[in-house]
Amino acid sequence: MNSVLSVQGLSASYRKYQVLDRVSFEIQPGTLTGIIGPNGAGKSTLLKTLLELHPKLTGAVSFFGTSYKKAKNRVGYVPQRGSVDWDFPTDALDVVMMGLYGRIGWLRWPGRTHRQLALEALDKMGMADYAGRQISQLSGGQQQRVFLARALVQDADLYFLDEPLAGVDAATERAIMNTLQVLKENGKTVMVVHHDLQTVEDYFDHVLMLNRSVIAHGPTDAAFTKENMIRTYGGAIRWMGEMSG
Amino acid sequence: MMDLSHNAQWVLMSTLLLGMAAGIIGSFAYWKRQSLMSDALSHAALPGVVIGYAVIGAKLLPVMLAGAAASAFAGSLLIQWIRSSSRVKEDTAMGIILSVFYGFGIMMLTIVTRMPGGNQSGLDSFIVGQAASMVRQDVMIMTGVALLVLLVAIVAFKEWKLFLFDPQFARGAGLSSRLMDAVYLTVLVLVIVAGIQAVGVILMAALLIIPSVSARYWTDHFGRMLILSALFGGAAGMGGTLISVYGEGLPTGPFIVIAAFALFAVSLVFGAKKGLVHTFLTQKAQKKHGMKLIPQQQLLEKGN
Repeated sequence: MNSVLSVQGLSASYRKYQVLDRVSFEIQPGTLTGIIGPNGAGKSTLLKTLLELHPKLTGAVSFFGTSYKKAKNRVGYVPQRGSVDWDFPTDALDVVMMGLYGRIGWLRWPGRTHRQLALEALDKMGMADYAGRQISQLSGGQQQRVFLARALVQDADLYFLDEPLAGVDAATERAIMNTLQVLKENGKTVMVVHHDLQTVEDYFDHVLMLNRSVIAHGPTDAAFTKENMIRTYGGAIRWMGEMSG
Repeated sequence: MMDLSHNAQWVLMSTLLLGMAAGIIGSFAYWKRQSLMSDALSHAALPGVVIGYAVIGAKLLPVMLAGAAASAFAGSLLIQWIRSSSRVKEDTAMGIILSVFYGFGIMMLTIVTRMPGGNQSGLDSFIVGQAASMVRQDVMIMTGVALLVLLVAIVAFKEWKLFLFDPQFARGAGLSSRLMDAVYLTVLVLVIVAGIQAVGVILMAALLIIPSVSARYWTDHFGRMLILSALFGGAAGMGGTLISVYGEGLPTGPFIVIAAFALFAVSLVFGAKKGLVHTFLTQKAQKKHGMKLIPQQQLLEKGN
């Protein structure tokens, strides 16, 4: 079994509402997958359940053929920007350094090499000039790039990003997608919760269409079809092809 | 100041150390968005103090403090339980536990003071605090607690920063949030228990909340915020005690709180990073330079 992530019959709920219903899929190495689906489809819950931030009801998940706990340091996670308080008294470089804490070792203080690694990651995201900037003084797009830089220094093999492109400027969107592309070219695997249906075909080579359970999963050109869109979003959506003529 | 009695010097030392410890752990509570938690826990300590006294039948400090710790922990467990097993929100759960435990404590206190010899127990000093009654043993307890807080904050400085800023990411990075929560709660309860004799259960929370909020106005750096908060807490503890000592029998707690508030008022107005004067001057400067300082992109993103 050489899949990076294998999910079998995963179910989860929020209080009495079942949000995920027997979700099953396999992710192959070196793929860039967009997770799409309507609001409340369970996209964020799926990520959180995989990462054991939210309890699962049933199902089996394996990362690199083993448990999440054993594969933890090979998995990187970029949470939604709104999940933290940006008023926290720290600067951009310090947030990126947090991605290195696991490697530095608990109860040890970071050193010069760690600082250098964090600076390089900021530079890759075009944020080198903002290293010393208080994080509340950054724009939403810059905050998102800091978050991605923090994930980059983790040097993981599998990345999860929860709506990294929500509410960011065009420059940030380009910077993020370029970075994900480079990760993919280096053999890393990336999964992204994504909202903008217009860009799915440009950005992702695979798509996971989710509405409480998996509606379709596969290479974008095969799975991202009109029928699957209607099955995922119901009647609430007009097919993009018709809108663009 | 030189004519302070030997005992008064002990007291002063105790409240200084207490204020510093409370300033540091209070900053953790502030970023955990749990300022009210410290209030709930200190109120929840009262029944334990009284029960500890009632069981022994004499004022034996270690037993009373153990009782305080036990009932504060019980209070925190109940808050967790209410929150996780019902739709009641955490702040509501804290409000319930705070008032119910305090009410229960006062009821117990009334019963105990009516028992023979009970009115000499001095138990009511646990409500508003009476630092003047503290002795050398108390200073040793305070010193121990203060050193423990300092050690915990320094040794795991980067862990606290990560845990308080982004607990989800911390878990992903392999930091046990259960362990961090347990250490945080233990240290918080220890500081509260050590402090209620001097400041009282009602006002203990002020010493945990006000110094950290004041410190926030001066710095954008987590480490400096901890140091400043410790200094503010220590200054408030000492200042309040001095007033109380010179005032002959004035309760300590209220004056410590007033001293802390004075520092807060100064910080609110003159704080170098978020103070009103600073904010006013920055806004004025921005108006002068026109809107070009705020790029349109940033304005658009504010909506998200």
